[in-house]
Amino acid sequence: MTKRIFGKPIKRNEDPRLLTGQALFVDDVEIPGMLYAAFLRSDYAHARVNSIDVSTALQRPGVVAVYTAKDFGDFWKPGPLQVPPPSAIPGAVFNARTLIPMAKDKVRYSGEPLALVIAESRYIAEDAMADIVVDMDPLPAVTDMEKALEPGVTLVHDDLPSNLAANVKQEKGSYAEAAAKADFIIKRRFLIDRGAGGAIENRGFVVNWDAKAQTMNIWASTQAPIPLRNGIAARLGLSDTQVRVITPFIGGGFGPKIMTSMPDDVLLPIVARWLGRPIKWIEDRRENFLSTTAERDQLHYAEIAVTKEGKILGVKDVFYHNTGAYDPYGMTVPLNTQTHTTGSYNVPNYYTEVRMVFTNKMVVTPVRGAGRMYGVYVMERLMDAAAKKLGMDPAELRLKNLIQPDQFQVHTGITGQDFVENVLDSGNYPATLARAKEMIEYDKLVKTELPKLRAEGKRVGVGIVCFVEGTGVGPYEGANVAVDAGGKVNVATGISTQGQGHFTVFAQIAAEQLGVSMEDVRVVTGDTGVFHWGAGTFASRGAVVAGSAVNKAALMVREKIFKLASKLLKVPEDRLELADGRVFVSSDPAKAISLGELSQKSNPTRGVIEPGVEPGLEATAYFGPPYGATGQGSTAMLVEVDPGTFEVKIKRFVLVHDCGTVINPMILEGQLQGGVQMGIGNSFYEQLAYDENGQLLNASFMDYLMPQATDMPLRMELDHVVTPSPLNPLGMKGVGEAGAIPIPACFAQAIENAFADIGLEVSNMPLNPSRLYELVKAAKNS
Amino acid sequence: MSKLVLVDVTVNGVRYQRQVEPRLLLSDFLRHELCLTGTHVGCEHGVCGACTILFDGESMRSCLIFAAQANGHEIRTVESLGTVDKLHPLQEAFQEKHGLQCGFCTPGILMTVLPFLETHPEPSEDEIREAIDGNLCRCTGYQNIVEAVKLASEKIAARE
Amino acid sequence: MKPAPFDYYAPASVAEALDQLAELGYNGKVLAGGQSLIPAMNFRMAQPAALVDLNNIKELEYIQPTADGGLLIGTMTRDSKVEYSPVVIQRAALICETMPYIAHPQIRNRGTFGGAMAHADPAGQLPGLAVALEMRMHVRSKTNDYWVNADDFFVGPFASVIQPDEMLVEVAIPALAPRSGTCYRQVSRQRGSQALVAVAVRVTLDEKGECVGANIVMLSVGERPILAKKAAGVLIGQIASAGAILAAAEIAATEEIDPGSDIHATAEYRHAAANVLVQRALTEAFARAQGRSSNTQKTSIQNEDTGG
Repeated sequence: MTKRIFGKPIKRNEDPRLLTGQALFVDDVEIPGMLYAAFLRSDYAHARVNSIDVSTALQRPGVVAVYTAKDFGDFWKPGPLQVPPPSAIPGAVFNARTLIPMAKDKVRYSGEPLALVIAESRYIAEDAMADIVVDMDPLPAVTDMEKALEPGVTLVHDDLPSNLAANVKQEKGSYAEAAAKADFIIKRRFLIDRGAGGAIENRGFVVNWDAKAQTMNIWASTQAPIPLRNGIAARLGLSDTQVRVITPFIGGGFGPKIMTSMPDDVLLPIVARWLGRPIKWIEDRRENFLSTTAERDQLHYAEIAVTKEGKILGVKDVFYHNTGAYDPYGMTVPLNTQTHTTGSYNVPNYYTEVRMVFTNKMVVTPVRGAGRMYGVYVMERLMDAAAKKLGMDPAELRLKNLIQPDQFQVHTGITGQDFVENVLDSGNYPATLARAKEMIEYDKLVKTELPKLRAEGKRVGVGIVCFVEGTGVGPYEGANVAVDAGGKVNVATGISTQGQGHFTVFAQIAAEQLGVSMEDVRVVTGDTGVFHWGAGTFASRGAVVAGSAVNKAALMVREKIFKLASKLLKVPEDRLELADGRVFVSSDPAKAISLGELSQKSNPTRGVIEPGVEPGLEATAYFGPPYGATGQGSTAMLVEVDPGTFEVKIKRFVLVHDCGTVINPMILEGQLQGGVQMGIGNSFYEQLAYDENGQLLNASFMDYLMPQATDMPLRMELDHVVTPSPLNPLGMKGVGEAGAIPIPACFAQAIENAFADIGLEVSNMPLNPSRLYELVKAAKNS
Repeated sequence: MSKLVLVDVTVNGVRYQRQVEPRLLLSDFLRHELCLTGTHVGCEHGVCGACTILFDGESMRSCLIFAAQANGHEIRTVESLGTVDKLHPLQEAFQEKHGLQCGFCTPGILMTVLPFLETHPEPSEDEIREAIDGNLCRCTGYQNIVEAVKLASEKIAARE
Repeated sequence: MKPAPFDYYAPASVAEALDQLAELGYNGKVLAGGQSLIPAMNFRMAQPAALVDLNNIKELEYIQPTADGGLLIGTMTRDSKVEYSPVVIQRAALICETMPYIAHPQIRNRGTFGGAMAHADPAGQLPGLAVALEMRMHVRSKTNDYWVNADDFFVGPFASVIQPDEMLVEVAIPALAPRSGTCYRQVSRQRGSQALVAVAVRVTLDEKGECVGANIVMLSVGERPILAKKAAGVLIGQIASAGAILAAAEIAATEEIDPGSDIHATAEYRHAAANVLVQRALTEAFARAQGRSSNTQKTSIQNEDTGG
């Protein structure tokens, strides 16, 4: 009997290749005759471009071509909107200013490309960059979101009346009425600043145009191979079937690699056609910080209306979202903020308004969390401020207002990033909070442990917060499952993989349904030549949506297996079983047929077949949920602050999470732990620091700090609550971003708790020892 | 172009002689000249550690060494540890403990841990974290990497 | 991020290296461990026309105990060799205490003791120790050969007295007087990253337990390692007391340093943190001088003192 595979911590299929250096990443692709690209990028954040002289660069030996915007002629045009505008929301204002492939008359962010050099090596291409003479007149840089909307300020886009990129207002109930009835209204201002995706592998693109076959092969480190393929084919006037995007192994995605309209995506394919040679572009780390999209840059003016018993009557949040110089990704990030604010709680009245602003900073598109983190931060900080005002314990206030298990499904009245109403499908929110409290021994900490440590002079604090995570959104994904003549199962899906174990979890699903072992399942992801319908890996949807499609296709194949086996074995289907790679009669196991043989029989090369029968044991299926499934969790941490230097250590860390049915608990925990690393980064280490001229001051790992092994708590204690989602047959919810989302809110609460005696308040993130010193000084002086 | 120089270097036990530009980084030499692409490049300024290799048995960043400087020396890269069919105990441990996700930082970590385990056959948690502190991982949060190193130390000891 | 082209020389001896440097003059740059120079070259912030690579010169790699109880360290000795050398632990434990804070093991396997000195980073730990322990630098060129005290060697940010045709060949570390205590403390945002503020101290007591000598050096708070002479003066002739330590720390951190602000920390924070670190370093150093603790004590990441 095949043992159950689904739900087990199965070792990953892909690991041996990754561990032995035998896995192909985009920079490993070598094609004879390949040329290398480098982009000359603007230092100025905002400037008029008067002229670009590439004549000297063209003389350099080894330089094959140098292009500026005018060399592309009509091919140069602003890219597509990768995400539709929010027209589904009444009153929404949206000004689309999509990415341009190269600066023409104006640069709008530091790092915007001015020229493209193609040379025999990257070394020579960089030498040639120094030969190019650019004449620019700097303009004042717009960097502050509020100032950007003041009258008379410099415009990022001259053809717009202001720097307003979008304005979306949503309301459930009436906040004004709620405020009128409240005993207390607590108002706060929160500024949350930028962080990078920080994948250890930078972006990369290799393109090979085969003029004789009239086909183009592309290897790209991308989270969206199919949209990338579609965009390239459309731009080049080629058929979709002439362009193949193959995603190799990807060294981390985290969001920025979802972009398909970056300068390299747009320009390199046409250059490859013109030059008739393969072209490779590998981003370097400086470019990654400067000119790959980042996220986390919002300013909130929020308030909460509560009764003196601690019941939430309403929340209002007016916030600024910095989209940077362009807005190619629509409103995804701020819409996520809007749908994640009231989060785990019953908030009968909620008003949320986003003012999305153009500035002369790099463009903002989703990074792990994709806007959810700020919604959670705002709500949890408001709760903490309310708890202080009411003299209530923070955990107690949360418990009082949590959505209860019998309330699902909860219609929030707020439209989300998939342009439908955000509906919370399932969950047991009190259970995750209770479990987190239990695991960190919250009551014991608060009553005895912390007072004892504080009496010894230690600065220690505990934080506990709740969060939701919208996942598994549509539109759809697809999968093809097939049993080959050798009895092996092949699974193909359109999404790509960046380390979350798709090669394994999809194999687990297929193996479970088809009664084979994991070793006999081969998974191909992200190759448009093998499977070419789908949207991409984002919003924690891979396992849920593509996994559901794999499941559906596998079930269709299972049906075919039984049908054909029944015919061949001359036994009714209900007397057959499928396990260990063969179909056999339950009462007479010797009477059997192997899957391989069945597959061969299903594809006759002579004779006749019955009408309506398809060849092979193969099926293609698509899955699209009505809306995304919402995961939820609670996290708690214990911090210790050095009272002299304000360095912080996380002494204990607990995360309880509900992502519905679990496919592979080992992979799940890995996803949570990885997210926590980024969340800790966003709390105390990571900030893309721009000055008032729009210059990025820390475009390297020397000054952009990502958590190291010694920055993490020694143990991330995890536990799970399982409430299956009704939105897909396997009951799954996504989990990829969960670890990152609640951390800044929890960290802020814990730090405040450590300095509760002086009434410290944390509003802005990230913190660092120096900022903490200043906050403490200010609190002591007030 | 500056004068080419000879690099006569042994990599994973195989001797190579090449003429290179002095400025060619060792990381690029290994990956593109010798086609040993297991060593990865993440930052080219010596912080992320993805390019870590063994230079005369000691872990170093190959992005901070010119290929020309490897002349007369011995290099070991991740390809010398094991194969897909026969993993080194260190690699086995990483698979068993889910010590990798995207796998991009992994070769650098393996080559850092290999000599570390020779000098610290029974490492404490603190020692392991200090040893891998110069290797950035964005996927795992390091906890499973630490577990993998602990397991590896046990496997290696059992082998001896 | 590929470096610009350069001419490359790999001399096999000191004499050959000095000849090469004399010929190249301003166009030549010494390549030691490369752990600071090569990143700068990869960013193209440094574009030397020619590199003189010292890595083949075996005669520059040594750690030699000297008869007076001190040490001589050849300029190309790798940091990790110094870190784990038993004779360094014995005679200059402060260096071994500080090494784990310097970048990461892989960097220390390649970086060199002399290279760090010549690089003269105002946040650099080894230059700070050089001043704290009163090391002496041996500089040579084809025509010149001289020694200079550490405090005179560092002249400004990334600037030492070394001329383009010269190179550092060895560093002499004097013997530590009996009843001496040393200690290094730093605050950085991460283990191995640049110190926001760092302090290296050496105190020496006489038989009565009175302080007869003290060096308090601070890093990342000025253009070079700062020797806080006034603060040290407060300690001379005193029995170490909490009051004396507090007074010294106050002077060192407020009057003798001029830190800047950057994205990581404000100047005010650096003043405050310097005060705390000087107190902690002096307290521990005095305990070590008195024999209540040891110069060879290592601090682990988990039990670094978080006390006030």
